[in-house]
Amino acid sequence: MINPFSLESKTIFVTGASSGIGKAIAIECSKMGAKVIISGRNEERLKETLSNLKGDNHEFVLADLSSKDDLIALHNRLPVLDGLVNCAGLTKVAPFAFATRESFEEVMNVNFFAPTELTRLLVKSKKISKNGSIVFISSVSGVYCSAVASSIYSSSKGAVNGLVKGVALDLAPRGIRVNSVNPGMIDTDIFSDSAITQDQLNEDMKRYPLGRYGKPEEVAYAVIYLLSDASSWTTGSNILIDGGYTLI
Amino acid sequence: MQIEEFVDNFANQFDDTDASEITTNTIFKELDEWSSLTALTVIAMCDEEYSVKVTGDDIKNTETVEDLFNLVKSRK
Repeated sequence: MINPFSLESKTIFVTGASSGIGKAIAIECSKMGAKVIISGRNEERLKETLSNLKGDNHEFVLADLSSKDDLIALHNRLPVLDGLVNCAGLTKVAPFAFATRESFEEVMNVNFFAPTELTRLLVKSKKISKNGSIVFISSVSGVYCSAVASSIYSSSKGAVNGLVKGVALDLAPRGIRVNSVNPGMIDTDIFSDSAITQDQLNEDMKRYPLGRYGKPEEVAYAVIYLLSDASSWTTGSNILIDGGYTLI
Repeated sequence: MQIEEFVDNFANQFDDTDASEITTNTIFKELDEWSSLTALTVIAMCDEEYSVKVTGDDIKNTETVEDLFNLVKSRK
């Protein structure tokens, strides 16, 4: 029986794979039979992700996506891909009155400009195979809702969602599908050096109908669907993985 | 770094609380207007005015405006 969700004989590249959602995506893709290439800024944590991948032949690349040189070197290094997962991202918590141009630029550079440019370079050099799949990890924030002091993050994800719609149209003639996964709050370190406390996160968890934050692999499973042949007719869409948060 | 100026900067982050209600001895989390948003605004103010990073746990562990002033001053 052929598994429509299999990623056998597909080469998938995942950014932001040294931690959080990116790490889970890389691991789950490897379990579905993909050859996985991962990137991040932290060599030690990338190697740790690599050691958790199932199968052999996977690779890692050190790259800081906010550096133009790193981005170009990364692009040159990558082979033809069947799947690209743009997962690297950060957040900056700031009440809007304090959301300076610099703060916006820092977040937009990593969350929007870097994945956009990387994707563009790969598309231009035909390094995304026909019928390939491009996935952007977006958020409920900036698309379905926002949160206090999240205007910067919301803006970046709103931009990503708009991008997905436009790029999906442009690449449809090549059979390349472009979609986003929009998670609610997931158990990761995204807030580790921030103004938000664990107590506040514990309180926030109660606002989810399913009673908890999401696990990184729960986002990864949606990515697998989008990378596999099962989603051959799905493009320009957002998959909502939010524990029911946006229902209320 | 002056405490009077700090108290002014702190008080400026409030919209509905008169500046006269906020002094060095004010237990700021007991102010009517105190919320998670005012907490984030105070944190952002400390970063912008004094280039000092204050965390949510720091806010949790300080009581008076003076306590917070001392914390910020110690990190300058």
